[in-house]
Amino acid sequence: MTMQAIGKPHSRVDGRAKVTGGARYAAEFNQPDQLYAVVVGSTVGLGRILRIDAGAVAQMPGVRAVISHLNAPRLAYQPHKGGTDPANGERLHVLQDDQVRFYGQPVAVIVADSLDHAERAAAALAVSYAGETPVVDPLDAKVQPVAPQAGRAGADRSRGDADAAFAAAPVTVEASFDMARENHTPMEPHATIAAWSGDRLTLWSKSQFVVNEQAEIAAIFGMPAANVQVICPFVGGGFGTSLRTWPHVTLAAIAARQVGRPVKLVLTRRQMFHTTGHRPRTLQRVALGATTDGRLTSLIHEGSGETSRYEQFVEALTSTSGFMYSCPNVRTRYRLLPMDTGTPTFMRGPGEASGMYAVESAIDELSYKLGIDPVELRRRNEPAIDEAEKLPFSSRSLMQCYALGAERFGWASRDPRPRAMRDGRLLIGWGVASASYPCFFSPASARVRLLADGSAEVEAASSDMGPGTYTSMTQVAAETLSLPLDKVRFSLGRSDFPATPSHGGSQTMSSVGSAVRAACLAVQAELAKRAVADRRSQLFGASIDSVEWREGRLSRKGDAAAGPSYSELVTGAGGSPVEAGASAARDAAIAKQYSMHAFGAVFVEVSVDPDLGLVRLRRAVGAYGAGRIVNPKLATSQCIGGMVGGLGMALMERTALDPRDGRPVNAHMGDYLVPVNLDVPHLEAHFVEEQDPHVNPLGVKGLGEVALVGMAPAIANAVFHATGKRVRELPIRIENLLDV
Amino acid sequence: MPEETSHIPPAAAAFPPVSRREVLQATAGAVALAALPGGAADSAAAAEAGAAAGHSLRITVNGHAHELAIDPRQSILDVLRERLNLTGTKKGCNQGACGACTILLNGQRVNACLTLAAMHDGAEITTIEGVAQGEALHPLQAAFIEHDGFQCGYCTGGQIMSGLGCIAEGHAGSPAEIKAWMSGNICRCGAYPGIVAAIAQANKAVRS
Amino acid sequence: MIPFTLQKVLTEAEAIAAAGQGGRYIAGGTTLIDLMREEVERPEKLVDINALPIKHIRAEGGDLVIGALARMSEVAAHPETQRLQPLIAETLVEGASPQLRNVASIGGNLLQRCRCPFFRMLDAGCNKRAPGTGCSAIEGLNGGHAILGTSDQCAATHPSDLAVALIALDATMRVTGPGYERSFPVDELFRLPGTTPHLEHTLRPGELIAEIRVPGGPHARRARYLKVRDRSSYEFAVVSAAAALHVEGGIVRDARIACGGVGTRPWRMRAVERALIGKAPDRAAFEAAARQATEGVKPLSGNHYKVELLPRTIVRALEMAGEVA
Repeated sequence: MTMQAIGKPHSRVDGRAKVTGGARYAAEFNQPDQLYAVVVGSTVGLGRILRIDAGAVAQMPGVRAVISHLNAPRLAYQPHKGGTDPANGERLHVLQDDQVRFYGQPVAVIVADSLDHAERAAAALAVSYAGETPVVDPLDAKVQPVAPQAGRAGADRSRGDADAAFAAAPVTVEASFDMARENHTPMEPHATIAAWSGDRLTLWSKSQFVVNEQAEIAAIFGMPAANVQVICPFVGGGFGTSLRTWPHVTLAAIAARQVGRPVKLVLTRRQMFHTTGHRPRTLQRVALGATTDGRLTSLIHEGSGETSRYEQFVEALTSTSGFMYSCPNVRTRYRLLPMDTGTPTFMRGPGEASGMYAVESAIDELSYKLGIDPVELRRRNEPAIDEAEKLPFSSRSLMQCYALGAERFGWASRDPRPRAMRDGRLLIGWGVASASYPCFFSPASARVRLLADGSAEVEAASSDMGPGTYTSMTQVAAETLSLPLDKVRFSLGRSDFPATPSHGGSQTMSSVGSAVRAACLAVQAELAKRAVADRRSQLFGASIDSVEWREGRLSRKGDAAAGPSYSELVTGAGGSPVEAGASAARDAAIAKQYSMHAFGAVFVEVSVDPDLGLVRLRRAVGAYGAGRIVNPKLATSQCIGGMVGGLGMALMERTALDPRDGRPVNAHMGDYLVPVNLDVPHLEAHFVEEQDPHVNPLGVKGLGEVALVGMAPAIANAVFHATGKRVRELPIRIENLLDV
Repeated sequence: MPEETSHIPPAAAAFPPVSRREVLQATAGAVALAALPGGAADSAAAAEAGAAAGHSLRITVNGHAHELAIDPRQSILDVLRERLNLTGTKKGCNQGACGACTILLNGQRVNACLTLAAMHDGAEITTIEGVAQGEALHPLQAAFIEHDGFQCGYCTGGQIMSGLGCIAEGHAGSPAEIKAWMSGNICRCGAYPGIVAAIAQANKAVRS
Repeated sequence: MIPFTLQKVLTEAEAIAAAGQGGRYIAGGTTLIDLMREEVERPEKLVDINALPIKHIRAEGGDLVIGALARMSEVAAHPETQRLQPLIAETLVEGASPQLRNVASIGGNLLQRCRCPFFRMLDAGCNKRAPGTGCSAIEGLNGGHAILGTSDQCAATHPSDLAVALIALDATMRVTGPGYERSFPVDELFRLPGTTPHLEHTLRPGELIAEIRVPGGPHARRARYLKVRDRSSYEFAVVSAAAALHVEGGIVRDARIACGGVGTRPWRMRAVERALIGKAPDRAAFEAAARQATEGVKPLSGNHYKVELLPRTIVRALEMAGEVA
């Protein structure tokens, strides 16, 4: 039997748990004697707390504690910077002073014996403030843009003389874009159950990065990391909002310590819009210069994004502009707009999604100006190498993506003229855009145990917010060990498992997958070492180099006879599980040799009702060059999910802030619109064959981000094709299209 | 008083009751106003002392009878999750705006978050935990796995309960109909095409 | 949510007596429980009226008669609704979600509170929730707010789709009070905000909606509802229009039009109706008539687009109605 676990469309190994209600999320680990905590958020957008009338509330039924800066413990807040924390600035220190930095900032937490009692008390708590007017609008003249202090992603870059080339170009496009703030809005609200046992703390907590949450909470409380355990086997959607450890986790731990009992704290849906990050609103300007035959001579991309006063959130807003197109003169500039808001955070396709919305829209504008098909325009400017880094791509299949996508979509039959395609009274538009996202590979580790029954247990901290980590890691282990899938049990979501990087940035498959593979090879090596040293083994005395694993059996090289199985070897060695751990990391030399990215091409069809301003997506085809596809079924779901996310970005999602106090006005799932079932038409995801030996040992590139990135500009471009009107803000809504 | 009131959210203006309100002058000339959400903690405290007694509730969940004393404020969702430890029914928004809490209440799909348990004494409730027959998955559950009608899984219980309702109501006749009648269940991961395919398949299986 | 007591009643008399002692009726509760959780609503006593025998749906003569406790889903699916008043069925299905429609009652639908976000946020001024605290929307974000029937105190739209259809169809309602019954047009249920935006309807204390009656007529079959919104479903109307036409001999004899999403109450478009009478039912006539809809509009900073969208929505709804075979 030859095992082929990788590349097969296996159903999710955790599918049964999820369809029977058996998968347990953070808030579902109810503890004995558990109390309930509810956060009270600031009702001013800037200022100082004057008074908290805790006394009246403390007397209310069931209330066990009212904790604010007045009585909260002074916490250590030792320095800590996880990979998902901004490099510059200092995180919010919750309940440590009387300052209000943004609307909704936690100012108190109530603990009570029931959720109803806690909610009632939270609503009744009187807090008075010295309020000031916050600055929350990026267009406000009081906003002082700053250059990001550090980090390559935020640095201004330039090659050639883009401004001179733009001035000299025979054909130019110059346009500005405004993309709304978005909130991740996962289905599962942030939740933490905190339980202290002496000086040890256990947190059942929604997290995409359990080892960082462990380290951060340990730093905040000034305790050894080994005394903090974070558990999170399932994440009910994250999209980035659970990458950082937000203040509510600390609040839950404070509350549990204060009352001496386990405490459950779940944010309300409204609070999900206050303190758990958001995709920053961005303002961008793109200027393109081209020859009349469509060769780019200048690409200028300037952008700015919201950040808080206390941290610099930097995302990859302009980073793709250096390598997507062949162009001798490129200049990018990125600024941050510090305002009185909570710190933004990574949201699916962070930076790339916003930045490529602007650039891919501008390229589309250029295609009309030139009279060149937008796919052809991209082909004419396809670079041979990464011209920003002056490195070859480890692989780049963008043109193959365009070819495949165009064929599946039927792009050739497009009438290029705006407003030329119709269906009855509806205007039909076809649009296209490129997508790209880097191939990250961060150090990761994993552990494998082979049991006497011949099965394997595999562990890594990691997370599975939906892409299918449980399944794909099971496949990697099964393939590496030549075991059937049901002989492998993969566990994740515990901070005492081997450390892994954040479950974000499309790096789980590459990083954790490589670690799982390495650990499987390590446990095989360990078992082989034992076998050749074991007098009872038929392989006793063989040199370690003379044996090899073939389909889960250890044999002498060249000996066709099947050797002992895992079960026989483990049993023969006494029956105790044989365990090995291993780590994986990118070879630093490789990173200096290649530019590594996933690419995609997205084709969409929209209809626009010109009378009513209604845009509806009618179909979409995405083609992706994302390296090896470990599980086509799950990869397809991941891409379709990304397209749906991009649909939301294009046509619905917008967190609106009240300029007077910075409150998110539509902090409600009925008002912050995301696509519903009826909004989603037939969507196709296709993968081009791509073998990339450089990105990581598995040859995978990651899909989560690139799947979303091209969707919004493709839709915006299709809206132009349908209507002849270029809307340069997202989301595009009814009110934008009543004049078409 | 040299107040600049224009920047104050009208919000803070005339409530809570004046007796609880403070108007203070901050050092830099900024205006301070108290905002007491809800107000009237004093009268509420008195009322709550009297309401501590609790309400007796008998419900049948997935065929099992339960009798328990509840706070009349508790939704069926909170009773399931916090009292009966049946956590397959999810709290997504607690506002009737997402569908993650969908259960069958006396055979009909409803949002458990907007349903006061105390108003449903004697009710028969089916949650996602009660759909499979022992080890045997319901055809709709199996179809969700087959068509990968989920990613993170948090909306899935609600989707399946809603899908069962959709099929029972006769609204699963075509993909278009399923989409319209499943639009009360948000899936942020965007697994809608798989959800539609799963319900269409199960509808055929159930009706054949 | 503040604590409350719950009383289940079995008769209308019992219900009215309980209301007389300060009770607040609850049927489906999809609005009330939501707002109680936000502490926007703070009833101390709930009167559960779900056991009252007013769940009927039937034809009486040519009228469709609907008990106030009939559920949205039941009314939408009922053969008599589909036979006599397909507009009611269509309108109901466009509202909320299947789960909510299984629970929400017809009476409660008419009395649902507004969706203005400031109404729901206790730390925002709102004259409707807390009279005298100012309106946060009029000088703030108001893209979803009303352009008709506003005052300087409130601009929240009425969210019900059903009410739009009922007003277009000249439905009446019967209410039961302490020792009496009275009937009146549904149109008279809704108040304008004026200086008292917290008073939304004309029911007297303790009155219970018993029944809705939708008169039949030649217009009833040629009737459609159009709900314009950015999301295809599960969203309140940006603008909506119910349109019913009686066309005979190629001429509009009767027209009933009402709109949602634009008014502080469901808005009957009588001037548009008048402009249609005697005209051929074509797009030109519809467009000319629909121009009447925006007379007297008072757009706010963020909702000028509704002035443009309103007549277009009416035109499309009329076209849809005109296409009904």
